[in-house]
Amino acid sequence: MTTGTVSNVPALTHTQHKGQVTTNQIVVEVIKYVLLGILALTFVIPLLWMIVSAVKDDPQVYTIPPIWIPNPIHLENFGNAWTKFNFTQFTLNSIFRYSLPSTILVTLSSAIVAYGFARIRWPGRDILFALCLSTVMIPFMVVMVPLFITFKNLGWLNSYLPLVVPGIFGSPWFIFMLRQFFLTIPEELSDAARIDGASELGILFRIILPLARPALIVVALFQFLNTWNDYLGPLIYINKQELFPLALGIGILRRMVGETGTTALVYPYLMAVSTIITVPIIVLYFFAQRRFIEGIAMTGMKG
Amino acid sequence: MATASQGLTRRRSASENNTRRRSIILGLVFISPWLFGFLSLTLWPLVSSLYYSFTRYDLVRPAVFIGLDNFKEIFTEDADFGLVIRNTLIYVGLSAPLGVITAFLMATLLNTKVVGRSWFRAIFFFPSIIPAVVTAAVWQFLLNIQYGAINGFFQQMGWPTVPFLSNPGLVKPTMIAIHIWMQGGAIVIFLAALQDVPRMLYEAATVDGANAWQKFRNITLPLCTPAILYNTVIAFIGGFQNFTVPWLLFPTGGPVKSAEMYTMFMYRNAFTYLRMGKASALAWLLFIVIVIFTILMFRTSARWVYYGGEK
Repeated sequence: MTTGTVSNVPALTHTQHKGQVTTNQIVVEVIKYVLLGILALTFVIPLLWMIVSAVKDDPQVYTIPPIWIPNPIHLENFGNAWTKFNFTQFTLNSIFRYSLPSTILVTLSSAIVAYGFARIRWPGRDILFALCLSTVMIPFMVVMVPLFITFKNLGWLNSYLPLVVPGIFGSPWFIFMLRQFFLTIPEELSDAARIDGASELGILFRIILPLARPALIVVALFQFLNTWNDYLGPLIYINKQELFPLALGIGILRRMVGETGTTALVYPYLMAVSTIITVPIIVLYFFAQRRFIEGIAMTGMKG
Repeated sequence: MATASQGLTRRRSASENNTRRRSIILGLVFISPWLFGFLSLTLWPLVSSLYYSFTRYDLVRPAVFIGLDNFKEIFTEDADFGLVIRNTLIYVGLSAPLGVITAFLMATLLNTKVVGRSWFRAIFFFPSIIPAVVTAAVWQFLLNIQYGAINGFFQQMGWPTVPFLSNPGLVKPTMIAIHIWMQGGAIVIFLAALQDVPRMLYEAATVDGANAWQKFRNITLPLCTPAILYNTVIAFIGGFQNFTVPWLLFPTGGPVKSAEMYTMFMYRNAFTYLRMGKASALAWLLFIVIVIFTILMFRTSARWVYYGGEK
């Protein structure tokens, strides 16, 4: 920046009067916050609309102009929508048949694989790791059909096996993330344990995993989210209603929207259930805000 | 080592070989879950779908080898294929760059001194982590022409209502808008990249008299190119894969099939028409496109991505 010499003087005087605020700066600040406010409003309106609509009755839903502060508030919609469509069953399916087992399997396997890629020195490791990382680019859609055929031949349709069992192979993304984290743990710790006669598995479970808890939490969090939000997987493999996870359960309500008029309170119920399955995620976010942000940032750091 | 006798060296190299072999076995044991997964859930499906793409297979009767008929049908007979390609290319070609640019600008805005930054970040981030089913349900309702909030607002202002979901010309802009709404992940990645830019550089530039634009153009932008590349690749690949939201918003492909995406077309062929062979052929075409695209992105990236002299 050699051309800057001319404007050197104003730059310096500017730093000299640091406490002084110019009108120019105030204008910039105002524009900034107005812009941020508008953006935030745009981003939050769909979610507000969801929550507001969840507590309306039918006349309130169909009123024009739209009502943003319904009166009275029909909180009973949450309970009614939930019980009317057996959402307790869908929730239990989502958590205990899908999200929880899948999260545990994927986290554990990815950690074991990541250990092999990060903490053991062996020829061929880096080539295989590059291969592992490159598979991230292969979309599920490309292998969907043959996988479906395979799982069908295994007799696994209408069960969570095709969605959960692949978890024992780990997931390239998480392997990558955990590897990066494992690399930051000092090698001396492992060496000391080796001298004491610890096996590699022992080192992984007694030394590395306790130290890698933040990274493990990120992985578990992401996998829980993936499975909780997954729609395509269950859509392909599960068509018995009593086995539906939440994502498919909501589909039952959504289809009824197409026949509005025939079913009372379809929109409020749909929005009520949507709110209920979204809230745990928002709560999770606030509890683990830092982990979320760090985890996402970590995936983007090394493309 | 100079004092070591020949015998000792030989013994040592033998034991070195031994530890080498042991380390390979140990390493392979640890990564074996992934290796088995790669062979059975990636490589095998890729190979078998290549095989299926040359067959007619409906899951009931055994697969029949029909040579290139599936591809011939896709390229010459199926009138929908061209339409679907056009829809997908328009959607991906617009939504990916627009999404990345918006995310970058929003992250830049958030990276300035902002009171309540973590709140703004949370608000921008939420849409990207809520279930796609909820996204589809909420937007379908929000955009509804009779009682959706947006058209309700238009009516209130005395403006004409807009058929966001039923006008073939508006379907794609609507989908792109929803895509931009879901850019939270990219915003967070950009924000992290922006915060990694050494403050020193800005201070040096200020001393040199650079204005805000010059600093952005010559410091911020180059140092964020790795994140831009990453988000762009992810956005394009994600765009080609986009399924759940359009599938739920437009179960039949939308007005005159203007919202029928490649993935929806594939899904329909596989699971509605039970044409596993044709769907496999479509899957392979998608795979080839994504591989070519990814290679192109990384090849050209050398010209515009700045790695801070590391590589």
